Amino acid sequence: MSEHRKFDFKKQHFAGEEGHLIPLLQRAQETDGYITRERIAEIHKQCGIPLAQIYGVATFYAQFRLHPIGKNLIRVCHGTACHVSGANDITKAIEDTLGVCNGETTPDRLFTIETVSCLGCCSLAPVIMINHSTHGNLTEKEVKKVLKQYQKADIGEVQ
Amino acid sequence: MKILVGLGTCGIAAGAERTYEALAKSQAAGTVPFELDKTGCIGMCYREPLVEIRSDDGSRVQYGNVSADKVDKLLSEHVVQGKVIEDWLVWADDGRGSERAYFSHQTRIVLRNCGKINPESLEDYLAADGYKALRQVLDQNDPDALIASIVDSGLRGRGGAGFLTGMKWRFTRLAEGDRKFIICNADEGDPGAFMDRSVLESDPHSVLEGMVIAAFAIGANDGYIYVRAEYPKAIERLNIAVAQAEAAGFLGDDVCGKGFSFHVKLKEGAGAFVCGEETALMASIEGKRGMPRMRPPFPATKGLWDCPTSINNVETFANVPWIVLNGAQAFAAIGTANSKGTKVFAMAGKIKRGGLVEVPMGISIRDIVFDVCGGIKKDKKFKTVQMGGPSGGFIPAELQDTVIDYESINKTGAIMGSGGLVVMDDTTCMVDVTRFFLEFTQRESCGKCTFCRVGTKRMLEVLTRICDGNGREGDIELLEQLAVLTKNTSLCGLGTTAPNPVLTAIKYFRSEFEAHITNRRCPAHQCKPLLTYTILDSCVGCLLCAKVCPTKAITGELKKVHVLDQSKCTHCGECHKVCRVDAIAVY
Repeated sequence: MSEHRKFDFKKQHFAGEEGHLIPLLQRAQETDGYITRERIAEIHKQCGIPLAQIYGVATFYAQFRLHPIGKNLIRVCHGTACHVSGANDITKAIEDTLGVCNGETTPDRLFTIETVSCLGCCSLAPVIMINHSTHGNLTEKEVKKVLKQYQKADIGEVQ
Repeated sequence: MKILVGLGTCGIAAGAERTYEALAKSQAAGTVPFELDKTGCIGMCYREPLVEIRSDDGSRVQYGNVSADKVDKLLSEHVVQGKVIEDWLVWADDGRGSERAYFSHQTRIVLRNCGKINPESLEDYLAADGYKALRQVLDQNDPDALIASIVDSGLRGRGGAGFLTGMKWRFTRLAEGDRKFIICNADEGDPGAFMDRSVLESDPHSVLEGMVIAAFAIGANDGYIYVRAEYPKAIERLNIAVAQAEAAGFLGDDVCGKGFSFHVKLKEGAGAFVCGEETALMASIEGKRGMPRMRPPFPATKGLWDCPTSINNVETFANVPWIVLNGAQAFAAIGTANSKGTKVFAMAGKIKRGGLVEVPMGISIRDIVFDVCGGIKKDKKFKTVQMGGPSGGFIPAELQDTVIDYESINKTGAIMGSGGLVVMDDTTCMVDVTRFFLEFTQRESCGKCTFCRVGTKRMLEVLTRICDGNGREGDIELLEQLAVLTKNTSLCGLGTTAPNPVLTAIKYFRSEFEAHITNRRCPAHQCKPLLTYTILDSCVGCLLCAKVCPTKAITGELKKVHVLDQSKCTHCGECHKVCRVDAIAVY
């Protein structure tokens, strides 16, 4: 993460529009990779939304993270189709390869593993998404190969 | 000659972008002249990447699994020599191709343009009679007649509940209020459902057109599309479509120069399944935690910011322009007595042809699974279909002649839902899948109603202990009791339908639950703690399994039959996976 740049949330095009808290948080997460304490304080000060409400919304939705993540975010799909096609084995293979559990970040901050409900590519099950690329029809062997590519070339986009 | 590459999310995941780039490179080189264009998803996810070649005389040929390395052959044989590559052929409009059956059973209304037009081109949509229905509606200038014709068509909400769309519009029109809203629910949260994503990615203008028509019908000047943030491609294409429609005057202050004003905004959902419920969805648009509230008042009278609001699903909107252009009678002629038109299903799981199919209401489950989608993968035994995601239920193979209409599906205990249809074979454990659904609903319960919050948790605990081999006498009855209580005492659709997988699984597969509890056996060999591994005499003594065993439960010498010490075995199954001669039996 680069050093903290202040936003002018009022100048964002959401300002003045009703119901802008979620887009504001989305914008903050896009910039910082997660919702930082500083951003929450900024939103509170600039928009006059109570802190409790901001935390309430930020913790309600699965999209928002209050902790930093690794450079490459691995989303392992656990939709119905992926579940019956062995998503648990895929998760385990990823955990074994990287040496961290689901929800954790590797010590070198290169990868974070996250399970998601459904990526909507059910006919390619089991599926994972690394940053913005989807990898489908995986086997345990295959997924290890995919991870190796990212480890070797470090090709993922910076989150 | 024009070459089209299907660039939906499924196609891209299968490598279609690389195919497109390879084609673009060849085109730039200029040795073989052809036009190149993108299109959306035609629905055959199982053969992605898909490439269509449209000749100058209009004939169409579709090739499947065209990875980037096949581009050269495609160009040299088909484009230069004019020879059809039979091995790759999926479908051709002259009737050839291995996958003809996939299309011949379908009736494509919602998917009419998907995979045919470039979703990023307004011209393509206009050429396919796009915005003609909107013009017609504005010319006639009779919202009541429009609503009457939607009611007559029998179109019911495709989001799952199946309420008559025209009636919803009528209530919203009649409701008092200076400001009214129309909302498109594109928060497709059911795991196993992806038809809304595909429609938005492949034909976003048809959804927009349906929305503007609905807005005109109820007198709304503002609309929202609430779309999942997990669908970046759909959001990208919707943004393009909205900008195009605004520039061309199909959205904005003066739609088609008729003085009607309608503005659309996109709201990205932030990942909460409960936001598919309409009151929770509106709370989310208002920037709050997405928690449902009591109905009535229904959104039609008191919705977004307390204004009358009509919320319809993506697929519902995509049907609207077709109904306007072809007439209510044409739509009502398709389907059964109470369920009209078609339904799009997202086929996934253990099925040969997984993808999107649009079939007329009234078709049987057997016809969808076997005739349209080619049957079960590896020709295993068809066990059940799961319809409606975590809110739906299982329909067993014995009931495969059940026809697709709202009432018949409800009778089985499942629901039509949004249209996810996950096919399962005899390697699927019903207790395990039920636990999977409860894990999902338990996590996604917003916590407002006690029985949904705690009831789903208790059911999950019971299911987990059954899968772990610790099931108790009376657990099945306990599950049934909890299910009924949760169903009856929850406020919104999430809680009232969350017990459906439990109830239908017990109703149709009770013996499987009993096998887990009484005999400590998992008949489908999925619940690992219940499995016993043994080494057969056919073991060649390669030592592979002994090497991978994490607890050193397997011992043996090279070229001699190995021995497994059951007291050390943790049932992880690694030995079974590595054995090359199938000498490890599981029961």
